[in-house]
Amino acid sequence: MSQEPELIDTALMERVIRTLAETQKIDAATVTADSTFEQLQIDSLDGINILFALENEFGVNIPDEAARTVKSVQELAAGVQKLVDQKQA
Amino acid sequence: MAVTGMGCVSALGRGTAAFWDSCRAGRTGIGPITLAPEGEFRFSSVAEANCFDPESHFAPKELMSLDRFAQMAVVAAREAVGQAGWKLSAAEKERAAIVTGSCYGGKPSEDDGYRSLYRDGQTRLHPMTIPRLMANAGASALSLELGWQGPAWTVSTACASASHAIGQAFELIRGGKTEVALAGGSEAPLTYGSLRAWEALRVVSPDTCRPFSAERSGMILGEGAAMLALENWEHAQARGAVILAELVGFAMGADAHHLTQPSAAGAARAMRLALADANLEPGRAGVINAHGTGTAANDIAEAEAISDVFGPPEIGPFVTATKSLHGHALGASGALEAVAAVLGLRDQAIPGTANFLAPDPACPVRLATEWQHCAHEAAVSNSFAFGGLNAVLVFLRAG
Repeated sequence: MSQEPELIDTALMERVIRTLAETQKIDAATVTADSTFEQLQIDSLDGINILFALENEFGVNIPDEAARTVKSVQELAAGVQKLVDQKQA
Repeated sequence: MAVTGMGCVSALGRGTAAFWDSCRAGRTGIGPITLAPEGEFRFSSVAEANCFDPESHFAPKELMSLDRFAQMAVVAAREAVGQAGWKLSAAEKERAAIVTGSCYGGKPSEDDGYRSLYRDGQTRLHPMTIPRLMANAGASALSLELGWQGPAWTVSTACASASHAIGQAFELIRGGKTEVALAGGSEAPLTYGSLRAWEALRVVSPDTCRPFSAERSGMILGEGAAMLALENWEHAQARGAVILAELVGFAMGADAHHLTQPSAAGAARAMRLALADANLEPGRAGVINAHGTGTAANDIAEAEAISDVFGPPEIGPFVTATKSLHGHALGASGALEAVAAVLGLRDQAIPGTANFLAPDPACPVRLATEWQHCAHEAAVSNSFAFGGLNAVLVFLRAG
């Protein structure tokens, strides 16, 4: 999942943030596109739960590699955007 | 305490001789998934015990009441008991102990049951479903077969189950509760439901298991069983038994750190306590059979713990991770690795860690990557479970 911020749809970013916040049981208002996992206190196990929720939310399959490499909301949304685009193509 | 017999079923072949031959040859048992053909996973390899032929070991009626994991436990135990050559008195059988480890119990039977209920719409399950899936099925089957009436139970501590079981049996014999015990673990986790659950955890490698290596990408699930015949030292000597190795130390502890992230401090503490229990200075341990799963998290934490206890790789013991050969058989792994540790002491050798590509600066250990002669007095076998539960065994060369 590479970082391609210029291609991220605003509505998609909001859905990613909402899904992340629901999974982490935190207020979505505390999450921004610039938040890092470290700032949000998201550890590796939380990350796996978030990927699972996003797979269900967007109907995509996120590769395992993402669980090791994605460390920010921006990267997360960029990766989801890419998968959604691939799905629609 | 003497180890006077061992048995195993694994992806490396039938019995301990085949297991050890594969270790010597560096031949891994990792291959395509055939036991769960229902779907595709993000990974394509597991370590199946393809050599295991239940029909050749059990009568059809026996098979009806024994899940694959319990069948494997019995077959491994038969080999161990045969090698030990025990001729126990009635009084000894009344005290003889069995401690088995299993993470899952009868997962294949459970999966079959759910499939018939939820997919096929059946409302009746096979009457043997409960006896097949109970986690103590292996221990119970062994007590029935051997006529042993002493303490018999099952430990379930995920990936450390078998090492905890061996340690519990060690404590029983050391405490004078019995002269002999069978201890080890068995696991048959290669079912559709179980593989899907592991897939969701994102720790399984898409290619193979490369412990402590650069470019490692996770663990490879395996299956099997291994059992050790443990015996009070004087009892073994009095009957002139061949002693394979001495079990001299055991420790267990909890990280109290994280559900799935290992703690180097917790692992180091368990190793130190096991060495202290064995009354051994760290420098006397020449070989460590690492937990070595091939995941990013385990190998970094374990390498740090090994350096903490034994010193930097330049002066530390040789490390091997035989999961690269037999896969991660979860609740059986600790026993399979104990078999490797004991045979390594007997033959003064160390199996190589398979699939190694290049050192990873993040987890420096003195890794054996090929089978080699290795003079050593003691071997340490590590098991670190999800949930932060650790068990470490220390074996000494016999004689």
